[in-house]
Amino acid sequence: MNFRRVGALVLRYTFLYTRSVPRVAEMFFWPVMDLLVWGFISVYLLRMGNNVPGMITFLLGAMIFWDILYRAQQAVTISFLEDIWARNVLNIFVAPIRISEFIVATYLVGFAKIIITVTVLASLAYWLYAWNLFQMGLALVPLFANLLLMGWAVGMMTTGLILRWGQSAEALAWGIPFLIQPFAAVFYPLDVLPPWLQPIARLIPATHVFEGMRAVLRGEGLALHYLTAAFGLNILYLIGGGLFFRWMYAIARNKGLLAKLGTQ
Amino acid sequence: MTEPVVQVEHLRKEFNGTVAVADLSFTVQRGEIVGLLGANGAGKTTAIQTLLGLIKPTGGKVAVFGMDIERHRVAILQRANFCSAYTGLPTNLKVWENLLIFSLIYGVKDHRRKIAELLALLEISHLRKAITGHLSSGESTRVNICKSLLNDPELLLLDEPTASLDPDMADKVRKLLRRIQRERNITMVYTSHNMRDVQEVCDRVLFMHKGRIIAQGTPQQVMDQFNQTSLEDVFISVARGGDVLTPKSEAS
Repeated sequence: MNFRRVGALVLRYTFLYTRSVPRVAEMFFWPVMDLLVWGFISVYLLRMGNNVPGMITFLLGAMIFWDILYRAQQAVTISFLEDIWARNVLNIFVAPIRISEFIVATYLVGFAKIIITVTVLASLAYWLYAWNLFQMGLALVPLFANLLLMGWAVGMMTTGLILRWGQSAEALAWGIPFLIQPFAAVFYPLDVLPPWLQPIARLIPATHVFEGMRAVLRGEGLALHYLTAAFGLNILYLIGGGLFFRWMYAIARNKGLLAKLGTQ
Repeated sequence: MTEPVVQVEHLRKEFNGTVAVADLSFTVQRGEIVGLLGANGAGKTTAIQTLLGLIKPTGGKVAVFGMDIERHRVAILQRANFCSAYTGLPTNLKVWENLLIFSLIYGVKDHRRKIAELLALLEISHLRKAITGHLSSGESTRVNICKSLLNDPELLLLDEPTASLDPDMADKVRKLLRRIQRERNITMVYTSHNMRDVQEVCDRVLFMHKGRIIAQGTPQQVMDQFNQTSLEDVFISVARGGDVLTPKSEAS
């Protein structure tokens, strides 16, 4: 791993994002819209006499946490797509850059973007709904970290699919996370899912993070089993994501798709 | 005798059973400009992409600077570079920003001086702060060439660098490449459909057809082998002659 090259790639993304108003706006637009919609729905349900305890707390927490996962995945995949869109991907592939360096650079850029987005969302949630993200205390850190890890793993998988199937697979960059969302118990507890689906949902690291988050928001503290399950699964997901990416890269090299990707 | 910069031995590449490169063997010596010529589907792009490690060969061996491309890709690419009319640089970045990033990737020492020197060499110093996406085709090509010279490459692979340029600009780029090669003794492998490019720039030509080299030598030698007066005529006769066409030297 050469950190000079990783730094160069990070600098490139920094130039790319700070130079483009639409890219900066994209960091905030959808998360803020989600926050407004979910926040006001929660307020409305509370006014209608809904007795679900901590409704606003759960929904806003889930929405912000979901955004961490989604943005982490997007950071990896969209960074790669940026190079395809600019026809720059070939310049990257023929530069002395290891795949691992490219991936780490996208992780770092994604991390920075998430910190900025979450800061804005947390501030807005506090201002509009008097909801404090930091009420979770230190439990926030491992929950956040696990969502980040899962986002990176899923990002590697979606990027692998784009490597293999090119721009025709571009929609997967946005679609794959939403394939996971219904089963990861994001906005509702795991026991809402049909019994036969619950074991499958438990195989998703995010399920344990969202269950853990709700436990913390109920004031029960963060049980260790949520963290160990999420972290253990994330390690498997990251190894699986890395192997899948390498496999797709090998297929793309074998079929001569890398150059086509860069010039199509 | 010094070791060749590029050494290709019995390279074969099949895509789902279709043979793109059948059995390709050639060497490129230091300081040579070698042109890969051939019609679409002749295998020249596959060959150049294999040299860059973008394609995994089905068989054979590709060594650059004496190192196997499959095992030493990063070390080789540190000493080589690539320029193509079909690649671009991020369009919303300024020219100097794009060049700065690649300088850092290649670990160029004193990169500010290097970028200034190359922009001056390519006569585009005035574009230093221009947005890359606002450049004309000719200007973009020169910025791409700048990028490809940042690491003082010992081997430069050029894929149709003058495509999309008007004749005046294409002429300037050809002369520039020739000059750079003379001054820096860079080894170049050049593909083009523009026969004038090849005739003017290349020391040696490898004429490919259906994944094999069917003729090689200086441009004049290749023309003589096919009894033609220009490489363009050789190109046309090969393209239309198909399998039955044989160079004069082989026929006799």
